[in-house]
Amino acid sequence: MTLSDTTKAELVELGSRYPQARSALLPMLHLVQSVEGNVTNEGIEVCADILGITAAEVSGVATFYTMYKRRPMGRHHVGVCTNTLCAVMGGDLIFERLKQHLDVGNDETTDDGAVTLEHIECNAACDFAPVMTVNWEFFDQQTPESAIEVVDKLRAGETVQATRGATITSWREAERVIAGFEDGLVDEGPTAAGASLAGFEIAHERGWAAPSYEASTSSAGEGGSAGTDGTGAPDGVADTKQEAAAQADTSRAETETAIDDSPADTAEEGNDD
Amino acid sequence: MTDLLTPVLTADWGTDRAWTLEEYRKTGGYDALDKALKMAPADVVELVKESGLRGRGGAGFPTGMKWGFIPQDNPKPKYLVVNADESEPGTCKDIPFMMATPHTLIEGAIIAAHAINAQQAFIYVRGEVLHVIRRLRAACREAYEAGYLGQDILGSGIDIDLVIHAGAGAYICGEETALLDSLEGRRGQPRLRPPFPAVEGLYASPTVINNVESIASVPAIVRGGHEWFASMGTEKSKGFVIYSLSGHVKRPGQYEAPLGITLRQLIDLGGGMREGSELKFWTPGGSSTPLLTAEHLDMPLDYESVGAAGSMLGTRALQVFDQTTSVVRCVLRWTEFYKHESCGKCTPCREGTWWLVQTLQRLDQGQGKDGDIELLLDLCDNILGRSFCALGDGATSPITSAIQHFRDEFEAGMHTPSSELFPPAASMLFGDRSLSLSKGSS
Repeated sequence: MTLSDTTKAELVELGSRYPQARSALLPMLHLVQSVEGNVTNEGIEVCADILGITAAEVSGVATFYTMYKRRPMGRHHVGVCTNTLCAVMGGDLIFERLKQHLDVGNDETTDDGAVTLEHIECNAACDFAPVMTVNWEFFDQQTPESAIEVVDKLRAGETVQATRGATITSWREAERVIAGFEDGLVDEGPTAAGASLAGFEIAHERGWAAPSYEASTSSAGEGGSAGTDGTGAPDGVADTKQEAAAQADTSRAETETAIDDSPADTAEEGNDD
Repeated sequence: MTDLLTPVLTADWGTDRAWTLEEYRKTGGYDALDKALKMAPADVVELVKESGLRGRGGAGFPTGMKWGFIPQDNPKPKYLVVNADESEPGTCKDIPFMMATPHTLIEGAIIAAHAINAQQAFIYVRGEVLHVIRRLRAACREAYEAGYLGQDILGSGIDIDLVIHAGAGAYICGEETALLDSLEGRRGQPRLRPPFPAVEGLYASPTVINNVESIASVPAIVRGGHEWFASMGTEKSKGFVIYSLSGHVKRPGQYEAPLGITLRQLIDLGGGMREGSELKFWTPGGSSTPLLTAEHLDMPLDYESVGAAGSMLGTRALQVFDQTTSVVRCVLRWTEFYKHESCGKCTPCREGTWWLVQTLQRLDQGQGKDGDIELLLDLCDNILGRSFCALGDGATSPITSAIQHFRDEFEAGMHTPSSELFPPAASMLFGDRSLSLSKGSS
């Protein structure tokens, strides 16, 4: 396959959205996948040409990220979360059953080319465990039976609706949206549903709410100081970098807590690497 | 005394079409922007400082102070980057937030960009959430059409552009300097610091990187004022946050409350643990935060209390596991995750996570060797504090904390597979307990 002039123009356009065109490389590779069905060598060459970098540099990026596929994909990508929480809640069994049912292994495509199955990492829907995705849309609270029903429908070409999302299109069409082009399906699906609303619903039942905005006597922008110590932050909350570092609950956010090298002090030292 | 739950960020989640500009405006959407644009940037920074808002992405560093680190005399352009790469196992608050009310985040991002004098902002959202990306792109387009983004916003003379940027699947890109490399179109590997992002971040220019929830809290602070915000929460942990409850509880989900609510209160609100279930262990802030047990049920979930208990509040990702669950199996799976996501840049993490997995696999299969527990602890000791970034450190948290609380289960791994001690079917959420899992899952 050869990338069309239209696609090449779209790749260039993605680059123009950023202060520096190379920032668009991730979206560009998503677009290549949507057109070609995977990240092809030609796609890599074209991206390299447009950005003025080497094909090796583009390959390095394409092989780093799990969403980029170097082999032809099925029409649909089905992901089963087997990170710890989903795995324990049933994701392991769902993945096992789907492998048997589809007669494929991990990251393999069914004979009819309809489904590529992959076990995925945490997709940020743990309150809906066990979670499955189709073309990166959520299928919440799955069972082996419900998961099999979804893939059967996908293989039969029937319409499938995400639990919180839109009508399933195809992996390639999804990749085009991810790359940066809208597909008009934004208004499908709910605002929120199911587990997302647990706390919201309990608060409503019990008449609980945050204090109203009007309840506060202070008004923003008057420069008044909340803390009686008159140094900015409310009493108890850190006013200085040292205090903030002592209070921040992790030594891991080095950016924020390595106080001796705090950014405000290193402006002059920044070039010594 | 405030109510136990205080929906602010989640207040409109029950509203039909809350993702549209039309609905957002009905509840005062973009009023805060109008107000903030009439304030001097330094005054917006001061307001957020005064509110006591601390970063919601894990570390809890004061947001306003972070904004204040941007050297305004630096002639380079300033950038705001919103970290929407929510990938920490157990963390699931930003994704439903952006799906429901993307305009709140966009309004917050415009205000934050104004505060640090940035004319360009980015929302770096993970790629694996198609519908969230749709909602963000549409909201961004609507904001441009309405004049909230672009040139001369609301006649203020201020120009701010926003790009919705989707990632491509890499946990490490949640680490802020790896995120910057990724946003520059490179492999997402963390950078050596200094220089820090506030001085040399994106394109080697001054950059603020904030979590979605931190930025999304800003419009409410501008509208309600700093005292209103600080009227919620505990002495040093101010305001409201989203707690994400998952696992063996009757009602998993998102609960927005002032900082300081306890896990017992959250579980009880939803009707308790699932039937016949007892809490065994839980994570307060995702898998990178040391495991806690039932002993910590009444601990206030604020930055200070969780830290004092030897763990971290992190992203308030409360993954709850009951007595049916093998801690060895869980720790193995988390460790496989860290091994898979290790970017390969530094040796302790790249090699160490590999060795950890080998050792844990033996223990999970009941084929542990004498000294394996000591080997695990020694490996962790050689990773923690010696890896290039927090990923390696985080990988050791579940292991060392699990050995601390459940050492006997690791010792049992010398002779008995975890699947015999804790049949996986008993832990599953769907009904048929006769279902059994074939050995080996991948």
